[in-house]
Amino acid sequence: MASAPFCPLRPGRTAAHKNGMDVQYFIELFFSGLTRGSIYALIALGYTLVYGIIELINFAHGEIYMLGAFTALLVAGVLGIMGFPAGGILVVAALAAIIWSAAYGFTLEKVAYKPLRGAPRLSPLISAIGMSIFLQNYVLLAQTSEYLPFPRLLPDMEFLDYIDNIMGPSDFLILVCSMLAMVALTLFIRYTKMGKAMRATAQNRKMALLLGINADRIISLTFIVGSALAALGGVLIASHMGQVNFSIGFLAGLKAFTAAVLGGIGSIPGAVVGGLVLGIAESFTTGYISGNYEDALAFALLIFILIFRPDGILGKAKVQKV
Amino acid sequence: MKKGISWLAAALLTTALAAPALAEDTIKIGVQGAHSGDLASYGVPSLNAAKLVIEEANAKGGILGKKVELVAQDDQCKPELATNAATKLISDGVAAVMGPICSGPTNAALPMFESAKLISISPTATTPALTLEGKHPYFLRTVAHDNAQAELTSSYIKDVMKAKKVAYLHDNGEYGKGFATQNRNILEKAGIETVLFEAVTPDAVDFSSVVRKLRRAKADVLVFGGYQPTASKLVQQMRRDRVDTPLMGPDGVKDETFLKMTGKDSEGVLASYPKDTSSLEMYKKAREAHVKQFGTEPGFGFYNAYAAMQAILKAIETSGGTDTAKLLEALKSNEVETPLGKLSFNKSGDAAGLGLSVYVVKGGKFVETDHTITLH
Repeated sequence: MASAPFCPLRPGRTAAHKNGMDVQYFIELFFSGLTRGSIYALIALGYTLVYGIIELINFAHGEIYMLGAFTALLVAGVLGIMGFPAGGILVVAALAAIIWSAAYGFTLEKVAYKPLRGAPRLSPLISAIGMSIFLQNYVLLAQTSEYLPFPRLLPDMEFLDYIDNIMGPSDFLILVCSMLAMVALTLFIRYTKMGKAMRATAQNRKMALLLGINADRIISLTFIVGSALAALGGVLIASHMGQVNFSIGFLAGLKAFTAAVLGGIGSIPGAVVGGLVLGIAESFTTGYISGNYEDALAFALLIFILIFRPDGILGKAKVQKV
Repeated sequence: MKKGISWLAAALLTTALAAPALAEDTIKIGVQGAHSGDLASYGVPSLNAAKLVIEEANAKGGILGKKVELVAQDDQCKPELATNAATKLISDGVAAVMGPICSGPTNAALPMFESAKLISISPTATTPALTLEGKHPYFLRTVAHDNAQAELTSSYIKDVMKAKKVAYLHDNGEYGKGFATQNRNILEKAGIETVLFEAVTPDAVDFSSVVRKLRRAKADVLVFGGYQPTASKLVQQMRRDRVDTPLMGPDGVKDETFLKMTGKDSEGVLASYPKDTSSLEMYKKAREAHVKQFGTEPGFGFYNAYAAMQAILKAIETSGGTDTAKLLEALKSNEVETPLGKLSFNKSGDAAGLGLSVYVVKGGKFVETDHTITLH
């Protein structure tokens, strides 16, 4: 990318452009929705994992995403001064962000939710909103209110040249990374002992306790896994958009929450489907109708789907415990 | 004996406290703006400007033989604090107010200043309606309103770029949408086609859909209404998706951070901004005074605030007092030498004499073009 940022359209492509304009445009929008949707899905997984286990909507989750982006920025800055190569910086910064955010997620649960485990459901919800506001202001005061430039760490990926109108290097990286993360999560939940324990706790916490599963540890684990995924999303988007700010977690968190509900909150494939559906719907709205309605249509879609499937696209109907 | 001493001490203390109150023969000038909070970086420079102008006047013996006194009120750029700040300034008996600095608080404070018949000059509030609707006879400003920017940018698009098709994107805020709409209105009247007009969500995680739409629209130029963070995301995404449509933005885009964020992608980006007056003597003097006193380069709106303070003091001097009607008359009929050039105020209260230029990014810097308009 650094080599030729202003490249005009390649000559070979112009003909295809004229003939298949609408198909081409459709595919472009589809992929741009896919990129955006996979980020929503990464963050939505955190919401859905936590909800599945303790039926709490962790509203501070968007802030964990933001913290991930900030951590990556700080680490990348330090490594950049030390003269590391760009690709290496991206990997190290992403790992640092994942570890640091996971630590935040772990602490968040211990500080804000664990003491309220027996309390009425409204209390942890308020605590979550409080933590969200706290974390935002913490970053605002400890760092800055300004938008900070995020270094370009993505490799050039020349082989993408022939599809660059559909997908650039960062879109490609976002797609690949989020797909890998989701596959890894699925394998973890399905085939590991800890994953099994997580599923057991989600199904029936009391029963799991009786069978010797340490529910506290499983809840901590859930927060760690969810936060790590959000941090990955934060790093990917920060390097895609090229900037970071204390407030970026709010809208992304809200959209991801919508995606989780859309897909069926508590369901892991649901979060992925919800994220992708939301992202693609937004992209088509912008592309075919108007960017003015991007957010409005996303939420209209949510309401529409919830009318017909109150538990979301892949959610299972179950009796609500209150 | 002991009692006598303490009485004496008390009496001395009382007179000491009363002394400043007795020597009340000063002219008070109010300064309202964000002096703390997260927008303080927009407000403190104007406070500094006021301090410098007043200091200079007092060093020369004051105005009409009286010392000038600064009364600062912090509104943090919040409308709900602005009314309080305005009330305090009014009860302090200020002769005129420099400020508020943000448009929202200005809107909130103006009714109070009006009922007290108090002149306020904002250095940085750019919402067009404040002066253009004619509702605020005692309000003036030393900054070009947003519509003036559109006049400049649209003439550049029409006459210099000779564009046929124009796309408009904005951030749905008053400032950004206003800029895009004004440009569209002027350009459509000149027969230039609008191929796209819509909003982007500033905090969205991705702009690629709208950029792809932009590529499909095949515009000759993109008018962007909004601030630097959104503009830099948009430009980066455009260049990454190989859309090389030039972008024209308002002054909210012309910012050092924009260049830092976008790097090479910013090449060729256009923006309107006040004309460079740094070669004027008055400008150099104001800058040097700031560097000497505060140790840093002046910040946002400093020169506009400097000009506003100069205008107020000059008007008090020429009208021979602090009577509002006479002050207003003096402000509107006399020219003042300021760091921004020779200024006076027109009928609606806008500063005449301010210049605006189109700037273009060349070699990683904003460079002034010779396309300029002067307001009257």
